[in-house]
Amino acid sequence: MARIRPRGNGPQGLPGISVTGRRAGTFCLLLVAALCVQATRVQVFQAGELDRNSANQRLTIERYAQPRGDILVGTEPVTGSVATGGRYAYKRSYTDGPTYAAVTGYASQAYGTTQLEGTEDELLTGTDGRLTGWSLWDAVSRRQNPGGDVHTTLNRAAQEAAMRGLGGQTGAVAAIEPATGRILALASTPSYDPGSFAGHAADDQEAWNRLQADPDQPMLNRALRQTYPPGSTFKVVTAAAALADGVVTDIDAPTAAPHPYVLPGTTTPLVNDTPACDRAGLSLDAAMTASCNSVLGWLGVRTGLDRMAAMAGNFGFDDAKLDVPVRAARSAFDTRMDESQLALSSIGQFDTAATPLVMAMVAAGVADDGTVMRPQLVDSLTRSDGTVVRRMKPTVYRQAVPPAVAAQVQKLMTDVVENGTGGNARIAGAVVGGKTGTAQHGVENSGTPYAWFISWAKPAGSTAVPPVAVAVVVADSDATDVTGGALAAPIARSVMRAVLGV
Amino acid sequence: MATPSAVTRSAAGPSRPVPTGRTTELVLVLAAVLTAVFGYVEVGVDLDGTAPADAAEYGAALGVIALAAHAVVRWRARYADPLLLPIAVLLNGIGLVVIYRLDRATPGRAAASAQLLWSALGVALFIAVVLLVRDHRRLRRYAYLGAFAALVLLVLPIFFPPVYGSRIWIVIGPLSFQPGEFAKILLAVFFAAYLAVHRDALALTGRRVWRWQLPRGRVLGPVLLIWAAFVGVLVLETDLGTSLLFFGLFVVMLYVATARTGWIAIGLGLAAVGAVTVGWLSPHVHSRVADWLDPLGSIAAGRGANQIAQSLFAFAWGGELGTGLGNGHSVLIGFAAKSDFILATIGEELGLTGLIAVFLLYAALVSRGFRTGIALRDPFGRLLAIGLASIVALQVFVVAGGVLALIPLTGMTMPFIAQGGSSVVTNWIIVALLVRVSDIARRPASEEVA
Repeated sequence: MARIRPRGNGPQGLPGISVTGRRAGTFCLLLVAALCVQATRVQVFQAGELDRNSANQRLTIERYAQPRGDILVGTEPVTGSVATGGRYAYKRSYTDGPTYAAVTGYASQAYGTTQLEGTEDELLTGTDGRLTGWSLWDAVSRRQNPGGDVHTTLNRAAQEAAMRGLGGQTGAVAAIEPATGRILALASTPSYDPGSFAGHAADDQEAWNRLQADPDQPMLNRALRQTYPPGSTFKVVTAAAALADGVVTDIDAPTAAPHPYVLPGTTTPLVNDTPACDRAGLSLDAAMTASCNSVLGWLGVRTGLDRMAAMAGNFGFDDAKLDVPVRAARSAFDTRMDESQLALSSIGQFDTAATPLVMAMVAAGVADDGTVMRPQLVDSLTRSDGTVVRRMKPTVYRQAVPPAVAAQVQKLMTDVVENGTGGNARIAGAVVGGKTGTAQHGVENSGTPYAWFISWAKPAGSTAVPPVAVAVVVADSDATDVTGGALAAPIARSVMRAVLGV
Repeated sequence: MATPSAVTRSAAGPSRPVPTGRTTELVLVLAAVLTAVFGYVEVGVDLDGTAPADAAEYGAALGVIALAAHAVVRWRARYADPLLLPIAVLLNGIGLVVIYRLDRATPGRAAASAQLLWSALGVALFIAVVLLVRDHRRLRRYAYLGAFAALVLLVLPIFFPPVYGSRIWIVIGPLSFQPGEFAKILLAVFFAAYLAVHRDALALTGRRVWRWQLPRGRVLGPVLLIWAAFVGVLVLETDLGTSLLFFGLFVVMLYVATARTGWIAIGLGLAAVGAVTVGWLSPHVHSRVADWLDPLGSIAAGRGANQIAQSLFAFAWGGELGTGLGNGHSVLIGFAAKSDFILATIGEELGLTGLIAVFLLYAALVSRGFRTGIALRDPFGRLLAIGLASIVALQVFVVAGGVLALIPLTGMTMPFIAQGGSSVVTNWIIVALLVRVSDIARRPASEEVA
């Protein structure tokens, strides 16, 4: 016992169990502390990254845990939600999928979202910050807001008329309210049923694969996302540019346009489709009524590349970020061309290409006294209780031409319908202005031409801005007489009648 | 036995009643039962919008077994630490609620009622231990018999088919249990008895290597033999968790008994050799280590999320406050969501707050165990209490560390909370022994058992 040292009462004076036990206890508590630290790391600092991991199904589960908000046309929803009984509790349904597919797009558990379903996704799922009043409390209680609703600017009658008019043909319709920019119709055919692949089952996959493999591309939104050479409908832009720049001041006065008009720097004459055009010195009005390529091509060159490009830009060409809020494809008017190419571009050929939406903006700008309104597809966003989150405000896109010039172009367009190639668009009791277009395409122009018609209409005697402007394109039709006047004008007419209610 | 009010510290001293803490215990037990009932109601409200019809039954059942345990403690272990029983009831109650909740996500594989039955059996054994083991020192007599029984229990599963890659189960018809769970207690008793007798010999100075004094080979021999026996058995069973637990327990108790840091160095060295060997020999353990090093690796490799990744997803989704019971998706973890991975559900639905609360409950239980050990006077009792508390601490660390990817995952159950009959029963016996020794530790001298 002599070797006992004073520091402990254990064996050989080493620390006793009171001391070692305390140390071991401290060690055990340190283990628990390590667990708390690791839990904090995972649950706080790494949480965001783990939540977003592609293999983590929780965001998707949460997203489909409650019925999705609806997209409405007028007061009627065109969408719905159905309980699946599966892990993803609700899936999207559509009351009349193919009719509104170009507007709604799809919201699929397996394939994501597009169009309005995509741009307004946060509001529809309920995660949009604007839906909540007490965001801090909601974050604490993890309350999921019910999805909000998207009220579109669509006119149900106009949309249905557009779909009916296009029928089995490949084509598209865009209709705008000129004074506000509200999009009244947006149709694309052939269409598809976005509800057919809303889930994530084998059926959905099969439907999706079938649509993706379809050579007719039913899921292509031709009204917004596809450009076509606009052909003679572009002559409205050329006429507006020539008038705005004073190249022409009186639409009825003879111009200096030669005949035949040989494309500058070449030996190729710019040919016309009708003998009525084959004289020199035609007036602008006569040239538009008969759709004379030689006069408008010459006028485009006289106006010049810069001014032509600027005027095209005023109507929405060369805008890569035209969001309605769904982004439209960029319509093209080339800014680096020689004069022969400019002449062709001025009649909507060469590499000029436009979406039906932009051509509807051309007609709408002319109708709205030269002011092009920004096209918009969403009238208002509301919470599930109906209170408004955001309401659409009409905004000016560009002042394209002064009102006096717009009035001259309006006269040109009414004459086309009254006396010229657009006779099929005439409506009893209404003033209609329009322009036909039949655009060549394919190698050596071997493809079936694109039949175009752009127009606006207002009740006879009205001095107000016309309530509707429309652009129609029919591509690859089976018809024998493929011209804008024959194929596209009747569709435009029925859409305009639907809006006018006559 | 004297009534509480008449209890005095000693016959000679001033007549002052010693507080027994039984009323505190009763209040806390009732609070624990009510917490569990609240949990059942929350599950029902979140999933169905109304309180579940069977909440009252579950609550009543838990209440009855908890009060039965309390009554026996009040009758036969009046001076026991008043926190031990309430913490056990609360942890058991939380486990029942979470299993009840997970049953809702796994139709056809209900486990809550079976778990309640196991809990009742556990409490029955708790009562039996408190009643039968009047003085823990009598357990010393059975130490060697217990060690032999433990070895038999550990060897038995080798003759049964592996479950999920580990041979730690004995399966007889519909019944299955993990004998390793019972073996823990037997080993703690054996270690405590062995070390209480041999601690002086083990602490004798041997060779000195740098700063450590290593024990003599004659003393080291039996220790190495025990280590080799367990590692050998566990390599055959490919169960790293139990191996880690037993060896950790052995090292901790050895250190507490001898105060020799040299033992820790030897222990860590042997553990490292054992771990590397097991990892090298067993592809099962090898893949666990790979998953620990890179939990999300299988996703990048295109094989989807493995269980560790799913577990981390669950914890992460819970964030600070959790989704609320019934609103999480921890069922995505797949098999073992109610047993080895039950903590992920707590992390997801009760959040970091709830998870740390559970950790602190374990910490409180462990610290009460250590406190009891330090307060006792006989070395065997001291080592036994500290050993039992260490079992809980080490097991919580190994399991929670595994599902949180702090250490490689091993197949073990969270004490009291996880689904599994052997585990719940064993942990009730551990608490019963702690209650018994704490009763003796706090008992006034006048009532000492002769």
